[in-house]
Amino acid sequence: MSTFIGDWHALVVLFVAGVIPNQIWRMLGLWFGGGLDESSELLVWVRAVATAILAGVIAQIVVQPPGALASVPGVLRYGAVAAGFIAFMLSRKSIFAGVAVGEVILVGGQWWFG
Amino acid sequence: MALPPLDSPQWQTSFRAFFWGVRSVGSTILALVLFATYLGIGALAHDTGFSLAWTLASTVFVWAGPAQIILVSTLGSGATILQSAIAVTVSAIRLFPMVVSVLPMMRTPQTKRRHLILVAHLTAVTLWVECHRFLPQVPRERRIAFIQGLGCGLVFLSVVANTVGYLLAANLSQLFAAAILMLTPLAFLFSTARNCRELADGVALALGLALYPVATLLDSGLDILVSGVVAGSIAYGVHRLRAKAIA
Repeated sequence: MSTFIGDWHALVVLFVAGVIPNQIWRMLGLWFGGGLDESSELLVWVRAVATAILAGVIAQIVVQPPGALASVPGVLRYGAVAAGFIAFMLSRKSIFAGVAVGEVILVGGQWWFG
Repeated sequence: MALPPLDSPQWQTSFRAFFWGVRSVGSTILALVLFATYLGIGALAHDTGFSLAWTLASTVFVWAGPAQIILVSTLGSGATILQSAIAVTVSAIRLFPMVVSVLPMMRTPQTKRRHLILVAHLTAVTLWVECHRFLPQVPRERRIAFIQGLGCGLVFLSVVANTVGYLLAANLSQLFAAAILMLTPLAFLFSTARNCRELADGVALALGLALYPVATLLDSGLDILVSGVVAGSIAYGVHRLRAKAIA
């Protein structure tokens, strides 16, 4: 059982560094969401910033890859995103087509060159 | 799987609506992406030395893939708690407008804020995308129960995936683990691109991708926040200029 739970200190760190910094934005959304009109100008700006931050999160994983993804050369990571995007556009915005083509390029390229 | 028509007796109780929400997990391709992503997060947490309980608790209480990947990889690479907390909170800012835009879709005049707490917690990129797809087919007074069912189904699926990934971690090939980690940026990019409703959203997405590498040159520790606020504000400016041009 002790290996299942691990050490309690790590669980405290999870809440301080992970749960609270993450949840605070959802609860703020719940708090402010009541009064905001969906078409308000402020919300257009907030959504644009949030989309750009999400783009930054996407770029971070591709540019500074975590764990095993770091073993894949940059060219392949960027190529997978580019190829996936072309497939996404050609398939009339199918998320599945974009993800599948991106993954095939990544795995196929790594298998071929690695 | 097709949902019952809006006037069907299937929608008479919240319990049934919750059940239809859980069943809808099976009819979304994003559930597959989510399963693989959480398989990867389970394996990543195992390799970084976290316990299985820690991993499952992070999925249930954080419930945001990128935040969990960032948390595990920063803590694993020896960052301080404060540095990790900042990196996580910056990645989570996107949840604010997601919650703000999702809640009006299911609110009725009788809805109290506390009825929406669980929905707010379950809101993440997958639920945000699926709300736009499923909710028009669900009677308004049953939407909260339906989304709670869908969200809880997705969390359950992810907890199972986490456990499988954690237990298999030692046997996963490096290539498979890399492919799974790549799912998050691909799925996020395309689901966000599909949800872009206004010009500002599209400009923000493209500029946000382009400016992040520039912002890393500053090495401020807040790179994503810097590129996000700059790109988002430029996108908003483009939106204003266009609105003026039309008016």
